[in-house]
Amino acid sequence: MISVKNVSKSFENKAVLNNVSADFEPAKVNMIIGKSGSGKTVLLKSLVGLHEIDSGAILFSGIDFCSLKVKEKAKIRREVGMLFQGGALFDSATILENILYPLDLFTNKTYREKYQRVKFCLDRVNLQGVEKLYPAELSGGMQKRAAIARAIALNPKYLFCDEPNSGLDPQTAIVIDKLIQEITYEFNITTVVNTHDMNSVLESSDNINFIHQGKSWWYGHKEELLNTDNEELKQFLFSSEVMRRIKR
Amino acid sequence: MKFFEQLGRYFIFITQVFRKPEKSAVWFRQFVRELQTLGVNSVGIVILVSIFIGAAITIQTAYNMDNPLYPRYLVSLTTRDTLLLEFSSTIIALILAGKVGSNIASEIGTMRITEQIDALEIMGVNSASFIVSPKVFALVIFMPVLVIISIFVGIIGGWVSAILSGVVTTKDFVYGIQLEFKPFYIPYSLIKSVVYAYIIVTVSAFHGYYAKGGALDVGKSSTKAVVHSSILVLLFDLLLTQLILS
Repeated sequence: MISVKNVSKSFENKAVLNNVSADFEPAKVNMIIGKSGSGKTVLLKSLVGLHEIDSGAILFSGIDFCSLKVKEKAKIRREVGMLFQGGALFDSATILENILYPLDLFTNKTYREKYQRVKFCLDRVNLQGVEKLYPAELSGGMQKRAAIARAIALNPKYLFCDEPNSGLDPQTAIVIDKLIQEITYEFNITTVVNTHDMNSVLESSDNINFIHQGKSWWYGHKEELLNTDNEELKQFLFSSEVMRRIKR
Repeated sequence: MKFFEQLGRYFIFITQVFRKPEKSAVWFRQFVRELQTLGVNSVGIVILVSIFIGAAITIQTAYNMDNPLYPRYLVSLTTRDTLLLEFSSTIIALILAGKVGSNIASEIGTMRITEQIDALEIMGVNSASFIVSPKVFALVIFMPVLVIISIFVGIIGGWVSAILSGVVTTKDFVYGIQLEFKPFYIPYSLIKSVVYAYIIVTVSAFHGYYAKGGALDVGKSSTKAVVHSSILVLLFDLLLTQLILS
C-alpha cells in the first residue's frame, strides 16, 4: 500500500502539486489521470523519489519514504520497478544485459540462476529470442515489454508506469495494458499507472485518481467514471466525440 | 554568481562519483569496457596525430636553424624536448578533449534525457558513481600509456620526415635524441597527462549528467564539455609547469 498525504511540490515558485492525497492499493492497477500539465508525472516522479517534495508525506507500507536516509531509500527503491514513457533501456547494453543489471547489482545468484530469471521475465512478457539484440533493434512495443521485464526482474512490490502506451498503436497498447494488469494480479504488486489514454483507463484500471490543476480532484472506479457529475472530470473525459458516443 | 553555483554543483557531483560502488564485480566490468572505449579506441588517433606533430616540429625546427653555426643534431633534440615537455601530453589531451570529452558528454546527456539515469536511480543505484567513476579510472590509467605511445611515435615521425626531406642525417638525429636527456621530463609529462585525463572525464561527465531538454541541449552540453575541458587543460598546463619545473 502506498499513501500520499498532503503532498505539495513547486518549481521556481510555480506550484505543480497542491496538497495531493491518495491511496494506492496492493494487487490493484491504480491509475492517475489528468490533462497534460496537470502534475501527474511530477506526482509519479515524487512517489519514486526522483523529485523531492516540499511538504507532505509518502508512505510505502506505512514507512515515510521522504524522511529516510539515502541508504534506507535505496533499500525501498530495490522493491520498486518502473516503466518509463520511452522505456529507458540502456542503449549500450543488449536486452539480456539490461535485465541482468538489477540482478547483478542486488542479488548473489549464480550466472545460470540470473540467466534463468531473465528468461522467465522475457517469457512472461512474451518476448523470445531477443536477448542478444540491442534496444534500438526492437520495435516500440517490444522495447516497452523488455522494459517491463527489467522492471519485474527483482520481484518488485511496487510498479510505477509513466504513460506506458505513449507512441504505441492501439493494438500494442492493449497488449501492454493487459500485461501490466496480469503482472499486478499475479505477483500481488501495487501498481501505479500514469496515463491520459482513456482506453487504458476503461480497460484495465481498478482505482482512478483524477488530478486537476495539481490537486486531487476525483477518486473512484471505472464503473463510476462515465456517470460522474464532477464538471472538470466530465470536461476531461468527454472532450472527444468518441467518448461522448460511448456515454450516450 | 552562476560560476560559483556551477563550481559548487561540480564538487557535489564529484563526491557522488567517488562513493563506493554497489558491487565491485559490476564496476570492474564497466571499467574494462571503458578502457576499451576511451583508451584503446584512442590509440589510432594518437598515433596519427603524433606522427604529423613529430614530423612538423622536425621540419619547422630544421628550417629555423639553417644557420651553419647551429649543429644539425639540435633539430632532433628540440623535437624530443618539445614532444616530452608539451606536445605529447597537452596536444594529445586537447585532441582527447574533443574525441573522448564529446563522446562522454553526449552519451551521458542522452542517458539523462531518455530517463536511463532515472532508471538507475530508481533501481537504488548511485548513477553518478556507476556511470562516471569507471570512465575516470579508465582514462586516468590509460592516458599515460597514450602519452608514451605519442612520444615514441612522434620521434619516429620526426626521424622519417628528417630522412625524407634530407634536413638531418640519421646519425645526427640519433645523437640529438640522446644528448642532454633529462629523465625527469618523462614523469613530468605523465603527471600532467593524469591530471588532464581527470579534467577531461569529470568536466565532460558533469556537463552530460546535468543536461536538460532534448537533442539540441545534449549537443550544447557536448560543446560546453569540449570547450571547458580544453580551457582547463591549458590552465592546468600553465599551473603544473610552474609548479613542477620551476
